[in-house]
Amino acid sequence: MSSSAALRILPCGDAALTVEFGDTVDPFLNALVLGLDDALKAHTVPGLQETIPTYRSLFVTYDPVTTDFAAISGVLRELAQQAGPKAQSPRRWRVPVVYGEDFGIDLEDVAKGKGLTPDEVVRRHSAGDYRVYMLGFMPGFAYLGGLDQTIATSRRDEPRLVTPAGAVMIGGVQAGIQCIEAPSGWHILGRTPMRSYHPTRAQMFLIEPGDSLSFYAIPRSDWRMLEEAAEAGEWIAELVIADGVAA
Amino acid sequence: MSVLLIEEVGPATSVQDFGRYGALRYGLGTTGAMDRVGLACANALVGQDWHAPVIELGPLPIKIKAKEGTIRLAVSGAMRGISLRGQAIAMNESFCLAEGESVMMRAARGGVFSYLAIEGGMAGAPTFGSFSVHRRAGLGSPFARPLEAGDQLVVGDATMQEGEHRLPVLPAVTGPIRCVLGPQDDFFSPETIARFQETEWTISATSDRMGYRLEGPPLAHARTANIVSDGIANGTIQIPGTGQPLLLLAERGTTGGYPKIATVITADLGRAAQTPVGAGIRFQAIPIGEAQALARDLARMIAALPQRVEKLGGGSLSSEALLAGNLAGHATNALDPAF
Repeated sequence: MSSSAALRILPCGDAALTVEFGDTVDPFLNALVLGLDDALKAHTVPGLQETIPTYRSLFVTYDPVTTDFAAISGVLRELAQQAGPKAQSPRRWRVPVVYGEDFGIDLEDVAKGKGLTPDEVVRRHSAGDYRVYMLGFMPGFAYLGGLDQTIATSRRDEPRLVTPAGAVMIGGVQAGIQCIEAPSGWHILGRTPMRSYHPTRAQMFLIEPGDSLSFYAIPRSDWRMLEEAAEAGEWIAELVIADGVAA
Repeated sequence: MSVLLIEEVGPATSVQDFGRYGALRYGLGTTGAMDRVGLACANALVGQDWHAPVIELGPLPIKIKAKEGTIRLAVSGAMRGISLRGQAIAMNESFCLAEGESVMMRAARGGVFSYLAIEGGMAGAPTFGSFSVHRRAGLGSPFARPLEAGDQLVVGDATMQEGEHRLPVLPAVTGPIRCVLGPQDDFFSPETIARFQETEWTISATSDRMGYRLEGPPLAHARTANIVSDGIANGTIQIPGTGQPLLLLAERGTTGGYPKIATVITADLGRAAQTPVGAGIRFQAIPIGEAQALARDLARMIAALPQRVEKLGGGSLSSEALLAGNLAGHATNALDPAF
């Protein structure tokens, strides 16, 4: 399969651009994005500053004083053609969640909308095998693919101005983990004490784009202890590094 | 070291520098000064690096006091009245605040953000090389939040052998805010793109350092109002489902899911950010090559600021005259393309 047939390089002003591999949520497109991102870590590209891997494109910031759009586009196009898809990361997270009630204020409504019991929604959500497609919007917000489509629920018409840190959410076909308090139109099924971003922890960020992730339910009686441990800098979520490359 | 005490302060006043780089890929935005020209001018006046941390003053008044020593200050960016010992102090001119003295800086006029630089800088601990406050992320130094009354910053002492300095104002750039179309201009019809540029938009009262909401006749999407989320640059103009544009600025989210019609050019970002709530703003698309030439002019202009700083001698204009002269336009936000 050609990795660059549909590749487009689009300006985002005079100091950034996006290398677009496609316009859908697709693990192969995301692997191409991460493949180019890795290639940029291995090459010195004049003027290149930072990258944001997203679902289907690589956002690149650059210094228009040392390069220009035409020059950096040429280098990126060439590297994208050489790079190819990145292999599945062996990193997998197991993330604890307190589901329902005041921790997951939308669980009942999501269940009702699907004609399921809340327990069945929890079972399907926590049985999922998720891919971290990207981190974005706010620090540590993980955008996940792999949601069981029988519980996919379109976003709220009226976004909430504040949703809590650690909210475990679904929005359309996507799932997500929010790290810090922020506005959101997604449905909150539960909360995790894990902090994918902690400004004073030695490891400020935990999750990388391309990681795999699964959830497991914990009783609400565990919340306080785990939240305090997370505040003190513990990871809470478990990181498993698989031997070899997963299918 | 001396201490700078915040005696009175409104919202949206925080320590900012050039911004925080290195963790965009984890969702941590750059934040930083809304008007980099204001940042650079203020720092040049007190001999600091142009990107050093300063106090970014929000639109409302602020009163500060020097403690434990004399401090040298300079204010650039949006014009405001400054009074010390009952006398007016000019913008874009350094001045000393003796131990125990307070200086009052009134509300911004014709702009939003002013920049208060301090000779010798301030003490703090950078994260990813930056002191810039990112309110939602809980980052920034010496306080990981906007400033509040009672806050004390440890700052440099004024060097006594130095006299005061001023920065001659540059002619104001007027006219529409220039932008580069894309990355999703193909989500809009040519008529809509034309109307985006013909409309005089009004800055909404719900605007903040994250972004400015623009009020005006809604812009229709030719295809859909939803895209698969991708990266957001400083100055991106996003068109959500309501059709009301959102100009995303220093404290924006790093990614978003609405089509982006255009992005403000680097050279006009400060000028756009200095448009007050309720004022009109217009946009004009220019070719990317032209935008990048203007970005290089801006970088040269900023690098040359220290050479433009003049010593204030006995024969110079009075503070009052300079202040009156500056009222013609908030001139240090301006970039003279011919410079």
